[in-house]
Amino acid sequence: MTDRVRWDPLPPELQASEKIVRPSMTYLQDAWRRFRKNPAAMLGLTMVSVIVLLALIGPAVSSHSYWEQDLDRTNEPPSAAYIFGTDSLGRDLFVRVMTGGRISLLISFIATFVSCAIGVVYGGFAGYAGGRADNVMMRVVDIIWTIPLMLYAILLMVWLGTGLHNILIAITLVYWVNMARIVRGQVMNLKEQEFVLAALVQGAGSWRILTRHLIPNSMGPILVTATMMIPGAVFTESFLSFIGLGISAPLASWGSLCSDALGALRPYPYQLFFPAIFICATMLGFNFVGDGMRDALDPRLRK
Amino acid sequence: MSAVTEAAAPLLDVKGLNVSFFTHVGEVRAIRGVDFHVNARETVGIVGESGSGKSVTSLAILRLLPYPGRVTSGGVTFRGEDLLQKSAGAMRALRGDEISMVFQDPMTSLNPVFTIGEQIVEALAVHKKKKGAREARAKAIEMLNLVGIPDAASRFGAYPHEFSGGMRQRAMIAMALVCEPSLLIADEPTTALDVTIQAQILEVMKDLREKTGASVILITHDLAVVSETCSRIIVMYGGQVMEEAPTRELFENPLHPYTRGLMRCIPAQGGAARERLVPIPGTPPDLLKPPAGCPFVERCGEAMRICLASRPVFYGEGRHRAACWRLDPEAPR
Amino acid sequence: MARFILDRVFSIALTLAAVVTLTFFMMHTVPGGPFAQDKEVPPEVLRALEAKYHLDEPLYLQYVNYVKGLLVWDLGPSFQKIGVSVNDIIKQSMPASAKLGAVAFVFVLLVGIPAGIYSAVRRDSLPDQAIRFVATLGQTIPSFVLATLLIYVFSSKLKIFPTFGLRTWKHFVLPSIALGGYSLSFVTRLVRSSMLEALGQDYIMTARAKGVPEFQVFFKHALRNSLIPVVTYIGPLIATVVTGSFVVEKVFAIPGMGKFFVDSITNRDYTVLMGLTILDAILLCAAVLIVDLLYGLIDPRIRVGK
Repeated sequence: MTDRVRWDPLPPELQASEKIVRPSMTYLQDAWRRFRKNPAAMLGLTMVSVIVLLALIGPAVSSHSYWEQDLDRTNEPPSAAYIFGTDSLGRDLFVRVMTGGRISLLISFIATFVSCAIGVVYGGFAGYAGGRADNVMMRVVDIIWTIPLMLYAILLMVWLGTGLHNILIAITLVYWVNMARIVRGQVMNLKEQEFVLAALVQGAGSWRILTRHLIPNSMGPILVTATMMIPGAVFTESFLSFIGLGISAPLASWGSLCSDALGALRPYPYQLFFPAIFICATMLGFNFVGDGMRDALDPRLRK
Repeated sequence: MSAVTEAAAPLLDVKGLNVSFFTHVGEVRAIRGVDFHVNARETVGIVGESGSGKSVTSLAILRLLPYPGRVTSGGVTFRGEDLLQKSAGAMRALRGDEISMVFQDPMTSLNPVFTIGEQIVEALAVHKKKKGAREARAKAIEMLNLVGIPDAASRFGAYPHEFSGGMRQRAMIAMALVCEPSLLIADEPTTALDVTIQAQILEVMKDLREKTGASVILITHDLAVVSETCSRIIVMYGGQVMEEAPTRELFENPLHPYTRGLMRCIPAQGGAARERLVPIPGTPPDLLKPPAGCPFVERCGEAMRICLASRPVFYGEGRHRAACWRLDPEAPR
Repeated sequence: MARFILDRVFSIALTLAAVVTLTFFMMHTVPGGPFAQDKEVPPEVLRALEAKYHLDEPLYLQYVNYVKGLLVWDLGPSFQKIGVSVNDIIKQSMPASAKLGAVAFVFVLLVGIPAGIYSAVRRDSLPDQAIRFVATLGQTIPSFVLATLLIYVFSSKLKIFPTFGLRTWKHFVLPSIALGGYSLSFVTRLVRSSMLEALGQDYIMTARAKGVPEFQVFFKHALRNSLIPVVTYIGPLIATVVTGSFVVEKVFAIPGMGKFFVDSITNRDYTVLMGLTILDAILLCAAVLIVDLLYGLIDPRIRVGK
């Protein structure tokens, strides 16, 4: 730069070029960027994807089926023909674990989705309405909340009887409470804030405020809670199946497979090992994803 | 470039201070080469908008930078001793005793589970100022009286949530001054308060400064606040000092375009309400990628090519200095 | 404060009433009834059985009688074990569960709280990362997997600890770990995160600016503020843990309440199931009430107001 030029006024386009240092991003783009930078979260996402994929295509690519018995080849250790070995009835354990995964994951996804829907509506309404309605609605939630979750699920299962859809109902009836509390708390917080007042001043109705302002702004905690609910539901399902209140043969879930393996633990530990490792991996994967999402969606960390 | 000269050695001398926050997205250079000093029994105002580095500077002086912040270079000399070289224990002994601090939000700055009295007495206890519990209590009540808390003896056992915001800030000031420090750093002490309470708090601070003879660093974004209380003002922007001058001098003859911009943002007192307030357009620079030139360049109405290329040096005479290329003798008027 | 306690007591009474009513009607409307599976029972015997247990009376009368019994702590007879009352079963099975639960609880607190504090104070250090890793792992292993794994490794293979029963201190080691494993991980993570939360507060900066030593900053200023979520969790934990675990007692063959609970499910022994559920709920509610009172001691803001 020559001596003369340096004292010239700065052309506006040069001045502006300094201005946009970082590209502007939407909230979700920004959250996704942070999520991707979190190695644990990405590991969790990979684990979850692999497990879901295995459960989806595993039974199809295997030459065995989950119910087909081969009484000549019972309790075989893992081999080329049976990569996870066989169980006490000569059924292929790999296919059984994958099919069990389908059941376990299906139950937890549906239960989570339905209980979220109930929880969001219930909690959203209670939080927005406030006053007496909120008081009564939350009393109900408090009562259910105080009863130990497992006890409640067990009673429901005894009452409903075992079976796939009953497990779904029991888990859903237990889990919606948590979501309702969280959504209510969020809505209570948000409805005091200025942007809601601004919407009110502009003439927005209650329904619009709830669906356009309050619930979308609570989406972060809702998503994180839902992500954490999935492994919780896997846990509950496998627990119920383990104590004999869940899925019954010939269908299998990870919990019932563990329960089946218990009797012959000493001679055939691998029969417990495989379903157990899938439960743990699923739990770990979803926990990592949930933690990563919490960090990524936390607006306080947004920079 | 003329250095600011003082006869006696200053109480606090900050030289070439650099502070960075090492976040997962990279190094954020919050403070880049800040120099200033505070003399004994003097009140200095540090003014700047949020993100200008004024609070970080004060935390760096006390070595209380939150994780992951670190002083990367520079020196902080207090009574001839380099604070950055002191041991953690010696530094702790100094905090609250020789240098103490009042924070912005009195709602969150007091521990909710201890009484106001307990928290003031704790300051005395950690510095072993008073012999017995009774003596410490008496001193704490005396301080509460001094900051204008009515019925101080009975409010001694109250919890923070039982106090109003203004009362809590008074209690914070009492706590900061109970060990009779020689330097008080007040970081936006009035920002979180109502306007009427603000004036009261400033009055209390002025009054106590005269009584105790402590030097004060008053950090604020509000020029009106410093104009009434400080003898000298330092204007910060983008982690650097932009201008420094005695208060009157600064208001009468602001040299830096940023300072002038700040002044256009405050309504003139008592004058005709006709005058328009002019906001400064734009936002402060991103200190993740600090600008090579003047940090104010992108918002400056008088920017030149050189402002983008290199960092300005200080110009000025006596106790008034400003970092702006416009003040260079070669620059066009 | 009195109003606060009164409100809590009322709320808990309501919860208990709901639990009693809900369990009663659920257990009395289970399809098939308690004797349905005994197919060879002739109809007249079945009628006699129903008359013996007053099952032929109208449901509301049964309910009133059950509640009357509850008020004097009489949980009624077992449907399956002739001549044995639910009270007998509780008396017989509670000690084993309570002993094991107490050991597991102490284990969780003694390891979990210090580990969590250490992890928070030495944030991002190598030990912190190790503690976080183990705690995350601990939360992903279901108790039945952990229990069987422990038996397989430590008693079948290494033969260090016995497998079944609760006779010597060695018998307590594996079941306590299995019972407390999840809670231990949870408490560790909870203490760590609530300590970090407290350490990030402005008043911590105030304490440091006052010259308070670091030790005091952690243990006086931060710890007390971080106790609320921890107490919230460990209060109900003690109730849950002393009433026995279904899985751990089943796997380790411990004759505790958890085992009787599972047995009563498979035997369709509804009075036992009901009695144990109600006892669980009472203990849990008591724990919740104690936690509420503790809040007042920890946090003065709760003491006066709401």
